[in-house]
Amino acid sequence: MFEKMRVKTKVIDSGKSGLDTQTLEVNVGPQHPSTHGVFRMTIVLDGEVVKSLRPVMGYLHRNHEQIAENITYSASMPYTDRLDYFNSMSNNQAWAMTVEQLAEVEIPDRAEYIRVIMSELTRLVNHVSVIGFLLNDMGAFFTPTLFAFREREKVLDVFEAVSGSRMMCNYLRFGGVNRDLTDDQLGQIKKIVADFPAFLDEFETLLAQNEIVCMRCQNVGVLPAELAINASITGPMLRASGVNYDIRKVDQYSVYDRFEFKIPLGEKGDVYDRYYVRMLEMRESLKILNQALEQIEPGPFMAPKVPACLKNPRNFKPPVGEAYGRVEAPKGELGFYVVSDGSKEPWRYHVRAPSFINLTVLEAMCIGYKLADAIVILGSIDIVLGEVDR
Amino acid sequence: MDQMFVNIKAALVGLSDKVFPDWVGVLVSIAVSIVAIALLGPLIMMYLTLIERKVVARMQNRIGPNRVGKYGLLQPLADGVKMLIKEDIVPRNADKVLHLLAPILIVAPALLVFAVLPFGRNMTAVDLNVGILFFAAISSIGTIGIFMAAWGSNNKFSVLGGMRSVAQMISYEIPMVMSVVPVLLAVGSLSTNAIVEAQADWHWFVFTPWGFLGCVIFFLCGVAECNRSPFDLAEAESEIIAGFHTEYSGMKFALFYMAEFMSAFTISGMTTTLFLGGWQGPLLPSWLWFFLKTYGLIFIMLWFRATLPRLRVDQLMALAWKFLLPLSLVNIVATCIWHFLSDEAFFTPAAFLVPLALLVFSYWGLMKLNQPYMPEKRVYPLVD
Repeated sequence: MFEKMRVKTKVIDSGKSGLDTQTLEVNVGPQHPSTHGVFRMTIVLDGEVVKSLRPVMGYLHRNHEQIAENITYSASMPYTDRLDYFNSMSNNQAWAMTVEQLAEVEIPDRAEYIRVIMSELTRLVNHVSVIGFLLNDMGAFFTPTLFAFREREKVLDVFEAVSGSRMMCNYLRFGGVNRDLTDDQLGQIKKIVADFPAFLDEFETLLAQNEIVCMRCQNVGVLPAELAINASITGPMLRASGVNYDIRKVDQYSVYDRFEFKIPLGEKGDVYDRYYVRMLEMRESLKILNQALEQIEPGPFMAPKVPACLKNPRNFKPPVGEAYGRVEAPKGELGFYVVSDGSKEPWRYHVRAPSFINLTVLEAMCIGYKLADAIVILGSIDIVLGEVDR
Repeated sequence: MDQMFVNIKAALVGLSDKVFPDWVGVLVSIAVSIVAIALLGPLIMMYLTLIERKVVARMQNRIGPNRVGKYGLLQPLADGVKMLIKEDIVPRNADKVLHLLAPILIVAPALLVFAVLPFGRNMTAVDLNVGILFFAAISSIGTIGIFMAAWGSNNKFSVLGGMRSVAQMISYEIPMVMSVVPVLLAVGSLSTNAIVEAQADWHWFVFTPWGFLGCVIFFLCGVAECNRSPFDLAEAESEIIAGFHTEYSGMKFALFYMAEFMSAFTISGMTTTLFLGGWQGPLLPSWLWFFLKTYGLIFIMLWFRATLPRLRVDQLMALAWKFLLPLSLVNIVATCIWHFLSDEAFFTPAAFLVPLALLVFSYWGLMKLNQPYMPEKRVYPLVD
């Protein structure tokens, strides 16, 4: 048993130098300060250089899909909060859209606007946090993270005001949202949106041209556009590789067709592009928020209780069929695939988790770089283990 | 005020002379110095932890520790108690002897260096005529302790940290010692006291071109020597957990921190002594001047820590070998030129400008030759 715990090394031929060198197999995680949770990587190192990297997932597996197949449709809503616990509003939206598609529910305008406002606020929260964590992985001692969290707190205050919870919002309902936004809350959001650009400018001045940040980020962990497409990478990571694909533009779901906004694209697909594309995306989100706050009008926030799913949500039995609803979550394409056999519980329920699928190219991006880079590359993917392992 | 501590020691020695024979007085004199340093070192370390936590907290929109005592002033004591009563865990496969010896071997040199620091006028514990040599020699012993800790723990992260640490410390030792040479040339002595005396009347070496460059190089290398951010690769938390002290807990762990903070203090103190005029300064007592300058430098270290991300191994090595080392060699030449042109006066325009021109030219040349990483300008198209 002790023999097993010893440092395992093997002799490899090092080629030109003629020296006997050894590779070192390091187990990064599941308990490690910067694997963003209980993620584990088995890395084979030659000195400091990554030779191979094997991601090991599943330490946070909690049977999300199986649970959802044994409870009613509306009871799944709070479970979706726990997928990507940074972005519960987007998760709610994707699930609500899927079921609404299945039950063919029309949603009032105000509810759509509220959903858009919430999911764009979520995007702000997610992107500032991930940039903070990325810098943390790079070794900046929590300062960027805490700067980011100062802004995140303000948005979480809004979430708490509208839904009663800061992170596990459970705010959306099939056919609309749980509660209406009051004028106070709208004012609160307007203030956040008005103050946010100043923070972004500060954040950008401090980081974007910082030499150490550039040295550590530029040309590190390059993801070619072709590989990104083949691996079905989505979200900011795909766009950083220069592929123009944003579900808000492709599907024009909800009321996104009514807003004027652009999609920022990266140049090389390295860590720096992934960081900077997120910065630019936040600015675009602010544009959407500004327009949404202008356009939102008083009205019903819940569809009239005509369809079956709204009359009696607990006994809601959707027609037999299947549906796939997807949104542009901050991490990429979040989709719910659901098959109904006409009973109260879904017959099949599947989550297309962007964190999980984006993680599949980790090894391809890390090989040949140093251990320190592998950590930064992992940070730039932006994973949340609640969603990876489900 | 200025000679307060010197007078206290003299009184103690005088007291023993009245009662005991002469040789006891010598022993008392030695004992007083030893006790003073042995208390001062840990005391400085304890409050440096508090200062660090407070300063960094303020830079991060936080308050920092404020629960134990007024303004958290008793926090270090609480930390100490906590560290002492924690379980001391030794990994089963560790080399127990090395694992035990390593923290001791790291703390001892960090404490020894205090002996040659001139804390104030007449306040050097041991005025060695090879003080700087002693400092350079002793402070590099810590590397062995770090590698012992790394190897003895039998942990892969520790080994990685140990390897990084050895490579880094040996590399940074060289430009660090080279950047001291100009001072030795100018003063003509290795004694720390003589160096401070030579900087009387505002003739601080930092005001000369070579002194300024030497100060920057020495301080940067010193930051790397005591493993502090942005050169804290040996204990890079986000990569290799805690590096060489991953497998330490309790008081042994605290000893590593003690060594780190004490060497942060001694490096700042040495920079003060060598380039910032040591305890020289008007009005205030000399020891207060020393501590003010030293804590000013420590503040800069904390500022580094709160603002800068970490360098990568290869970038760190490139900085030492390709940039700092050649620059410190050129600095020696610049000092010689200054020495011959200045003609015993501290400031003459020719003596100031010629070395300055040489240094600026070589700085520019090294930048050109090295082609250091320039941030790429990128265009991010906004499409529909």
